[in-house]
Amino acid sequence: MTREWQLVVGLEVHAQLLTRSKIFCGCPTTFGGEPNTHVCPVCLGMPGVLPALNRQVVEFAVRTGLALGCAIQEKSVFARKNYFYPDLPKGYQVSQYELPICVGGGVDLTLDGVERRVRLTRIHMEEDAGKNLHGVAADGSSGVDLNRAGVPLLEIVSEPDIRSIDEAVEYLKSLRAILMFLGVNDGNLEEGSFRCDANVSLMPVGSTVLGTRCELKNMNSFRFLRQAIEFEVRRQSEILEGGGRVVQETRLFDPQRGETRSMRSKEEAHDYRYFPEPDLPPVRVPAAWIEEVRRSLPELPRARAARYQRDLSLSAYDAGLLTADRETAEFFDASVRARGGGAESAKRIANLLTGEVARLANDAGAGTSRGKLTPEALAGVVRLTEAGTLGGPGIRQVLEELFRQGGDPAVVVASRGLAQVSDESAVEGACDAVLTAFPGEVERFRAGESKLLGFLVGQVMKGMKGKGNPAVVNAMLKRKLGA
Amino acid sequence: MALSPEEVRRIASLARLRLSPEEETRLAGELSAILDYVRQLEELDVSGVEPMTHALASVETPFREDRVTPGLPADEALANAPARAGTCFQVPRIIE
Repeated sequence: MTREWQLVVGLEVHAQLLTRSKIFCGCPTTFGGEPNTHVCPVCLGMPGVLPALNRQVVEFAVRTGLALGCAIQEKSVFARKNYFYPDLPKGYQVSQYELPICVGGGVDLTLDGVERRVRLTRIHMEEDAGKNLHGVAADGSSGVDLNRAGVPLLEIVSEPDIRSIDEAVEYLKSLRAILMFLGVNDGNLEEGSFRCDANVSLMPVGSTVLGTRCELKNMNSFRFLRQAIEFEVRRQSEILEGGGRVVQETRLFDPQRGETRSMRSKEEAHDYRYFPEPDLPPVRVPAAWIEEVRRSLPELPRARAARYQRDLSLSAYDAGLLTADRETAEFFDASVRARGGGAESAKRIANLLTGEVARLANDAGAGTSRGKLTPEALAGVVRLTEAGTLGGPGIRQVLEELFRQGGDPAVVVASRGLAQVSDESAVEGACDAVLTAFPGEVERFRAGESKLLGFLVGQVMKGMKGKGNPAVVNAMLKRKLGA
Repeated sequence: MALSPEEVRRIASLARLRLSPEEETRLAGELSAILDYVRQLEELDVSGVEPMTHALASVETPFREDRVTPGLPADEALANAPARAGTCFQVPRIIE
């Protein structure tokens, strides 16, 4: 970003809804499958069929709109968006245009400690298109798979409120986390169930008049979104600095080359000749239904993170990690409840969950799952730690066993002999042995080389096979050395 | 109101129609007459009237429960396809 230009970004997100069946017919929404095996006359666009709206799609749209502070429209209207493309069997996409289901709202972000709100223009419901497969026959022909045609989407459109690349990424991450918390979307960028187009423009710093924008497509990771905007900033600023004008167009991001290029094929298609879908009368969402959905909303990531900081004295960083996905947040809440302790215990649970347990899950490729570890077991580990029964290496081994096999932490500790030795006489014996074995170090310590205490503690721990309670060992050594 | 030949060509291209110059002239006249006919509606005062989006003003969209129902086997879905590749509809090469 040069000094002269201010970046302006608006994002359009297409989120596939986690319904069982498609938006207008009963075909399954399952990803993959042999081409054209999840199809019926409705989603194939056969003549004479009528769409039947999936109630769950409307409920998910309302749920999302409420969570994002939108005004839910009691009456909304589907419209036909007309264009020709092989993956669009009817020659139009059923979408919403002038009267979408949700209007306004916003996503709140914290970036470098500063609170920001990216406003939303609208959220509407629509059907997905099919998929074009290239080179399916020897002559270079393309193939069309309509399994995805008619899968329900929410299109979430932001205002051009985003002013930096970091803000664009943070907006997307926050929105994705919210949709996943709501259970309406699986957040999978690679499989394309969470897709993003970016409208990018530059304006002189200090100006309030937006420049001409380009629409960037095909960024299926946060890294690609970053690269695509970076490239576009360079490209547009070079044009503007050379006295040229940016042409409004759609540009495709090429992940191999890290650049965007013009998609001329999309140019003339921009006259979509929208009109109200005659096969679907207006959608009515009674106020009572909206209220019912409102009451069922889960506690959202930001509210949760704020609660963790306020009630449990967690850092903003830990609170952020714990609310990155709903499974982790719920596991944490359940563990804290099971432990029943105060902020101290909660902090220990947070550390284990974001540290050792996350590492175990990562090593096992288990994603956000916790293997066979239960919140009750994690609470048990913390209880044993606080009682002095478990220490550093022991905690790691118990968690590993609980992750793989499950079970009761107290039983695992006993059966695997992982309990920490806090018994004074056992610790004293080990200390005496070390003091006898290292007379030189003892002498130098007494002469003022205080850092040798660490060495002596290490030797005692080694002698106790790592099971000595470090606090007890430390105190015992200090007492014996008269320190 | 008369549609220009350019407007007729643009509409035809959006509808994927190829017209001869004679057809363009004839359709320009016909489309203009249709527009003039419909334009008579503009004489009505509709201020304060809610825009109508559907012919059945009092009807609302009925909902379907989110249940999976059987569709078509691929062979049946592809029965009318001019060409197929595996279970895909085969179409001319798409350039993006």
